[in-house]
Amino acid sequence: MTTRPLNDTSYGQFLNERRIMGSRCKACSVLSLPPRPICTACHSNDLEWVEFKGDAKLCALTSIVVVPPAMAREGFGRDNPYVVGVVELDEGVRAVARILGVDAKKPETIRVGMPLRAEFLSKGEGAEKQNALVFKA
Amino acid sequence: MMAKRRLARGVAVVGGGLTKLGLFKDRNCKDFFAEAFTEMTASVDRGIDPKDIDAVYIGNFTNDFFVKQAHWAPIVTDLLGHVPKPVTRTEGACASSALAFREGVLAIASGMYDIVLVGGFEQMSKCTTEEVAEGLAMAASPYEIAAGFTFPGVFGTMATAYFAKYGATRDALFNVTIKSHHNAPLNPKAQLPMTVRDFMNARIDKAKKKGEPVPAWADEKAFLADPAANPAVAWPMHLFDCCPISDGAACLLLVAEELARTFTDTPIHVAGLGQGSGYSLHAKKDLTSYEATRAAGEEAYAMSGLTPKDIQFAEVHDCFSIAELVHMEDLGFVQPGEAHRAVADGMTRLDGPKPINTSGGLKSKGHPVGATGVAQLYEVWTQLCGKAGKRQIPNPDLRVGAAHNLGGTGGTCTFTILERR
Repeated sequence: MTTRPLNDTSYGQFLNERRIMGSRCKACSVLSLPPRPICTACHSNDLEWVEFKGDAKLCALTSIVVVPPAMAREGFGRDNPYVVGVVELDEGVRAVARILGVDAKKPETIRVGMPLRAEFLSKGEGAEKQNALVFKA
Repeated sequence: MMAKRRLARGVAVVGGGLTKLGLFKDRNCKDFFAEAFTEMTASVDRGIDPKDIDAVYIGNFTNDFFVKQAHWAPIVTDLLGHVPKPVTRTEGACASSALAFREGVLAIASGMYDIVLVGGFEQMSKCTTEEVAEGLAMAASPYEIAAGFTFPGVFGTMATAYFAKYGATRDALFNVTIKSHHNAPLNPKAQLPMTVRDFMNARIDKAKKKGEPVPAWADEKAFLADPAANPAVAWPMHLFDCCPISDGAACLLLVAEELARTFTDTPIHVAGLGQGSGYSLHAKKDLTSYEATRAAGEEAYAMSGLTPKDIQFAEVHDCFSIAELVHMEDLGFVQPGEAHRAVADGMTRLDGPKPINTSGGLKSKGHPVGATGVAQLYEVWTQLCGKAGKRQIPNPDLRVGAAHNLGGTGGTCTFTILERR
């Protein structure tokens, strides 16, 4: 695990192993998700892998009604919107992700600050198969 | 504390051109830019010989994938008869041509050139709405797209963060939209020259003609609150929170300050120039602020010696209604959390103390993405020259205006202060 490069490819591989892996700067301890090769706080390039537990809260959200082609292929659209948002993990880092277990047709009922739990949503087939990090109410 | 920035030599705007914005399926980028250029040459009080233009900087965002043609810079010099003059294309998503303006200013300030043409263009109407949305989304962060965000979705997300933090509601967004649409009918170049009440009345008339039930909206806000009239795109962003798809081009003629009065008696000087970069949504420390806008503002204020209070009016990048509120705060026009009240109080109206988006803004003037940065500066230049006609700001001592341009989901922002001296 520790020998994998700190990049988006490794991040995706870990998601396929159902693990949320980011980076911690050994110099200043700042955390990043996805992992970064260079610390944006102190510019150190001495970073290590760190695992996040997956407990989070909702910071902001939107319910997408006019959907992009990739989501239309999954069956979403005007009559079937979906929610995405920004979540903050307990460790302090944030992620952008699909939010499941909420009513996309009544977004005004979704509460900023609500607790969420990470899940892994499988997308694609064969070599294209990739887990996406999503959060569920 | 930011180091003091300054130009090694002053630069002034002495001419400008802007096409009417809209959807023109039988015309292309070359047509638009030729039209803007022709208007620019006619606008220079004592004339410009096109042969005297030393270099050209041109902003364009989407032609590589919407038109399937890259390398647009020499197409422009060929179009204008400027071959073999140097020409450079800039790309910063919806801030592409503000970067062209900036490069043009720096080229003159460096002493390399004396007379520079800057501009931008975009043709978007030949694509379907879905193609346009997918193309524009290429300028979002890869993490946002992978998660299923759209452009309106990113701004909708920021809106919910703003609402939660400051207690604002969609009513604040309605005020932005109503204000912008008030200005558009006064701008002959605007794509949607209608007030919100005009849209409302058109819907009522249509229902009457068709013999359908006539909607009973009490006022513009009731109209905007009705999902049948104003459907959600990416809640809480609705149709009237989003700028349209547009075609068009804009250009400005920049000259070294010491030459300016050989072209016009009203040169408009570049007082402040700022540019910043920003994080993806997940890496932002504050979802109700654009770090790129703040950095651009700080740089331009430091260079000009001016403060937010000195900015008498501005064009700000209202690609989505919430963005106008956030930019007003990031640029220091109001304190954080105060923009929604300031707009409700009329601060940003054409006759208010700090008019914002006198052109109608991206929302109603139109947003041909690669042309927008220079089109905004065209509006500031026009106002400072006193040539804005029916939408001229009613201030006899109009001297300082500014334009703020945003690219992507906030990855590139510029702030440019122009001054009549």
